[in-house]
Amino acid sequence: MNTIARTITAALVGAAAAGAAQAQEQEVEVLHWWTSGGEAAAVQVLKEDLESQGVGWQDMAVAGGAGDAARTALKARVASGDAPAAAQMLGMAVREWSEEGGLGDLSAVAEEQNWDGVLPTAIKDFAKSGDAWVAAPVNIHRPHWVWANPEVLARVGLEEAPSTWEEFDAAAEKLMAEGIVPLAHGGQPWQDATIWDAVVLGVGGPEFYRQAVIEADEEALTSDTMKAVFDRMRTLRGYVDPNFSGRDWNLATAMVMNGEAAMQIMGDWAKGEIVAADMTPGEDILCTMAPGTEGAFLFNTDFFAMFEVGEDKREAQDKLASSIVAPEFQETFNLTKGSIPANTEVSDENFDLCGQKSMADLKAAEEAGTLMGSLAHGHGQPAAVQAAYIDVITEHFNSDMSSDEAVEKLATSVADATF
Amino acid sequence: MRSSARLRRAVPLAVLSPSLLVIAVGVYGFIAFTIVVSFTRSKMFPSWDWVGLGQYPRLFRNSRWETAVDNMLVFGSLYILASTVLGLAMAILLDQKIRAEGVLRTIYLYPLALSFIVTGVVWQWLLNPGLGIQKMVRSWGWESFELRWITDPDLAIYCIVLAGVWQVAGFSMAMFLSGLRGMNQEVISAARIDGAPMWRIYQRVVIPALRPVFLTAFVVQAHLAIKSYDLVVALTQGGPGLATELPSTFMYSTTFTRNDMGQGAASAVMMLLAVAAVMVPYLYSELRSERPAS
Repeated sequence: MNTIARTITAALVGAAAAGAAQAQEQEVEVLHWWTSGGEAAAVQVLKEDLESQGVGWQDMAVAGGAGDAARTALKARVASGDAPAAAQMLGMAVREWSEEGGLGDLSAVAEEQNWDGVLPTAIKDFAKSGDAWVAAPVNIHRPHWVWANPEVLARVGLEEAPSTWEEFDAAAEKLMAEGIVPLAHGGQPWQDATIWDAVVLGVGGPEFYRQAVIEADEEALTSDTMKAVFDRMRTLRGYVDPNFSGRDWNLATAMVMNGEAAMQIMGDWAKGEIVAADMTPGEDILCTMAPGTEGAFLFNTDFFAMFEVGEDKREAQDKLASSIVAPEFQETFNLTKGSIPANTEVSDENFDLCGQKSMADLKAAEEAGTLMGSLAHGHGQPAAVQAAYIDVITEHFNSDMSSDEAVEKLATSVADATF
Repeated sequence: MRSSARLRRAVPLAVLSPSLLVIAVGVYGFIAFTIVVSFTRSKMFPSWDWVGLGQYPRLFRNSRWETAVDNMLVFGSLYILASTVLGLAMAILLDQKIRAEGVLRTIYLYPLALSFIVTGVVWQWLLNPGLGIQKMVRSWGWESFELRWITDPDLAIYCIVLAGVWQVAGFSMAMFLSGLRGMNQEVISAARIDGAPMWRIYQRVVIPALRPVFLTAFVVQAHLAIKSYDLVVALTQGGPGLATELPSTFMYSTTFTRNDMGQGAASAVMMLLAVAAVMVPYLYSELRSERPAS
């Protein structure tokens, strides 16, 4: 009953929107999954910007499953020969779609705005297919942060979050003795993988991360370092409370904020939750890098990939791409979303402490060559291979599998996925 | 006269043909399509890059598929067994000419009116240690009470069984009850006159006579079990880890979120074969027993 009512409402709203859009000369249809409060507000910024340029925004928001539902909807649209002008995607998806063909070419806009000069290299690699620009990057998220509650840390005599894994263990022992959960975590495969990313980088270093994740090198996957990574995962499993299975990430963030737990390893979208609770990131909740990952920068970026459209729609599509990369939108959007701008020309003065740190680290990592895509968040491997990693990571984390077995499984599972 | 005979033959065909066409394309056409796709290297979209049977050995090496099949065997056998036994027991108890039978029957049948998604969400809340039964019992003062199956990878699959049986047991009951009502009462009366105790009458006379109902119940439950998808999605999302993955959830995620359509199609074909292994002998025996009668 409810679904029917909702469908009818959606149809009516859609029809009304279509009617309104017809009044304008141009329009773009945009598929995205930004439907929660802060994200929807951020999309509104883009929408108003385009409307001021006489381009109507036809919204195709698909909520649910961290974009899973949107990806399925997009495939259905493209398979039926009715691609939207633009669709939100993560980096690897842009690459997979451009291999399928059917993405448009934004090179004119890119040249005009000097995308080559203002975007970090690792992000350009995803936004370009050969020489053609196919997608416009919106933001840069960093998934390997530790969010810590300073009051809780103070109770065991710590002033800041631990910066090595040994310190982390020592802190965790003390916290558990006080009856505090050391690590707030939600047992969902992507959250397990978020921690694993940070551990690979923290235990093995950036070069090892590149070999084991970006290159999926079999030797690295079966190395002793990888065994140490899984040993570390097993130790971290011991720091999680018993009710963690299936918990959403924002509930884990809430545990840190209300003092039930001390720390969470999570991306900077957690800032949205912290700000919504009237706390200041960097002060009320500390932000530091996961142990051993200082100096390297894993990222995930939301792109708007542009599909090939008829000449009549090209201009509107170009305006959309240009608005997305322009510094004004990048700043407003990312202040709302918790990420940092993909356009490195944006000044950091309006960002909070964590954002400023992230922007400085991005520049350093770009120079040092340690800016790499996050596996857990769709920038390490194509979907099938990424899933093969995550299967083993999550199975190991949720069972008593030994590190030797995990390493062996990881190598075969990854090899089979690259079929 | 002749034209009216022809008309009489043509009308049923004309009336049936649209639905026949829809079934031919929508069911059998797509089954054939899926089989073809399972022989290709299809990724995000179907492609015709032929790999022969290559997807099948790859499927059998996949430990996630292995988990899914093991779970299917555990879930399927317990689900069928428990809902049959419970359904039969409820039907026999309801058949004792008790008061308010209609009300009770409706109550037992009601879970079937809910979608599996609703059942899944409700049981997820009930079984969540921090929200549901465990918390309630602890708040009554039994502090050490534990019910955390849903967070234990070894026990989570039984949560799915529990919710599934809760949903479908009433339906088995309805089937058995109609079987019981259709029994020849004279046989039972005769047994009673012979002085047989009630339990023995059920054991020797009533239950053996329900054989066709058992068969129908088995077939209905078996295909529900193999198809079950929404229950897992709502209850555990396949977790903790991969502990409650079933072939259907494997098929969906492989095909649509992991961009590995060839592999997903291969797993769909394996599921089809499993359903066929249950249905074909049943249909065969049904059709064969009908033939002499017609």
